[in-house]
Amino acid sequence: MLGITFISFSVTQLVPGDPAALNLGQSAMSDPTIVAAWRAKYGLDKPVPEQYIIYLNHLLHGDLGQSQQSRRAVSTDLAEYFPATLELATVAIFFSLIFGLLFGIIAAVTRNRWPDQVIRFITLTGVSVPTFWLSLVFFYVFYFKLSWFPSNGRLDPGVDAPSTITGMYTVDAVLHGQFALAWQALRHIMLPAIVLAIYTIAVLTRFTRASILEILNNDYVRAARAKGLPESLVIRRHVLRPALLSIVTVAGVAFGNLLAGSVLVENVFSWPGIGQYAYRSSIGLDLPGIMGVSIVVAGIFITMNLLVDIAYRFIDPSLRHG
Amino acid sequence: MKKNPDSPWRQPLAVIGVTILVIWVLVAIFAPLIAPSNPIAQNYKELLPPNAHNWFGTDSVGRDILSRVVYGARITLPLSIMLVILAMIVGTIIGAIAGYFGGWVDAALMRLTDVVLAFPGIILAMAVAAALGAELRNAVFAVVLVAWPTYARLVRGLILSSKNADYVTSSRLLGASTTRALFVDLRPNISGPVFVLAALEAGNGMLLLSGLSFLGLGARPPSAEWGAMVSAGANNFDKWWIAVFPGLAILTAVLAFNFLGDALRDILDPRTAKALRE
Repeated sequence: MLGITFISFSVTQLVPGDPAALNLGQSAMSDPTIVAAWRAKYGLDKPVPEQYIIYLNHLLHGDLGQSQQSRRAVSTDLAEYFPATLELATVAIFFSLIFGLLFGIIAAVTRNRWPDQVIRFITLTGVSVPTFWLSLVFFYVFYFKLSWFPSNGRLDPGVDAPSTITGMYTVDAVLHGQFALAWQALRHIMLPAIVLAIYTIAVLTRFTRASILEILNNDYVRAARAKGLPESLVIRRHVLRPALLSIVTVAGVAFGNLLAGSVLVENVFSWPGIGQYAYRSSIGLDLPGIMGVSIVVAGIFITMNLLVDIAYRFIDPSLRHG
Repeated sequence: MKKNPDSPWRQPLAVIGVTILVIWVLVAIFAPLIAPSNPIAQNYKELLPPNAHNWFGTDSVGRDILSRVVYGARITLPLSIMLVILAMIVGTIIGAIAGYFGGWVDAALMRLTDVVLAFPGIILAMAVAAALGAELRNAVFAVVLVAWPTYARLVRGLILSSKNADYVTSSRLLGASTTRALFVDLRPNISGPVFVLAALEAGNGMLLLSGLSFLGLGARPPSAEWGAMVSAGANNFDKWWIAVFPGLAILTAVLAFNFLGDALRDILDPRTAKALRE
């Protein structure tokens, strides 16, 4: 974690542009006392190593600093933006698991025959398509032309959000018993979630196929077949269960990716999540914002990996005594 | 054709990938001959849908989109290849140093790789590109910065598994220098997997680079960079042709790299290849 703070801090030091110039108006910039006061407020007048130490000290007290753009605490900002991304990523991983497993199993069972080839082609396309472009295409087709899904944002324009419990609109609306609102929020999630899921579906499909193929070569699978068990039972009981182990790992990492990597999709769909926040902070050279987002996002990454390790032990008994 | 089951030409995907890439390279080289008009010339024929004269339509300042997509090949393709080569060189050197020397050098370099890998690529690249200023050159640098650790890890692992092999030890005993051990004795074991990784990563690099341009952190107008062109389409999303054609250009080029990388991996990784032949 220390390394992460160091890297993100170094990045913010790369800036040849002047954050003051971007965040103060032109008239304020012409007054040196205002510029100096602004620098002093954000600690930019101190030597760089000292700035880093001060930042670390604040961080240990749970203080991510104050955003130069929103003029609020970065932690407050992130707490507001994060649930939107969490909601989106959860729906996306849900789609990814269903279709990734389904396609992966089909591909493995029909290995090298036409369904496998078709799925291979589709998954390669899935990892090759630029998500920002696909977002636009989906937006055009499913919103503009077909009107199957609503427009940008988390809710229809002018609709009030449910009062915050988790910050995830669908969950909050259900908790308040506002089912029509929950349905609307869910419809708004669908399109960005589908676009976001496509890459993950492709990754999970390929991974599921590979791990199933590896297990199919084992002696115990041959033994199960020799016993005369029907193929579907062999697959379900002797192949899928052990395959799930490695799939959980990849799915966990993929979920971390979805939480962190939705910048482009959030940008197109005006989804107010941490990806958007990271984008706005980067564009506005909001240094505390950039650092806060990087630390939180890298933290999520590391936590996901840790959770995956724990889940691994839980699923595979042989590792518990390892 | 030879009956060698390991030949890349037995893999239809590899053939398709190479074909698409060759077409794009030819388009880039002969852009002035192919493009019907000047890619940055503006005129009064704004936002025309595809028609007999402008096959891909025109954008909001009347530029011919077909010409821009054709000229875009001259920007996006060489840059993607350049960034892959840069990331490969940086990553390979760092990985080789870490793997060969071990000890604290290894520990320090690998922690650095871990930290960079702990960042989601797009966030780090975006922050770096924004910090350095929105320019194509900076975007390439940002992508390289994000991409090298994958190579470092791979090369380190490869070196670790073969640096104590008898042939390396005997070469050292004969008085070969460290440089010779790395570049002459160990290199053949490393280059194959590294090139496969490079082919697989070329697509990702291109996606990241065009993504940065899409966000306005790479190519600047009037540059005909594909990602930036898709971004122009986002501002006129009801005029579908503005974004669709440059996006298809990115898709086909990335797909070609991935087809090639995928086929090469099957050939070089005996375990997967064997599983496929069974």
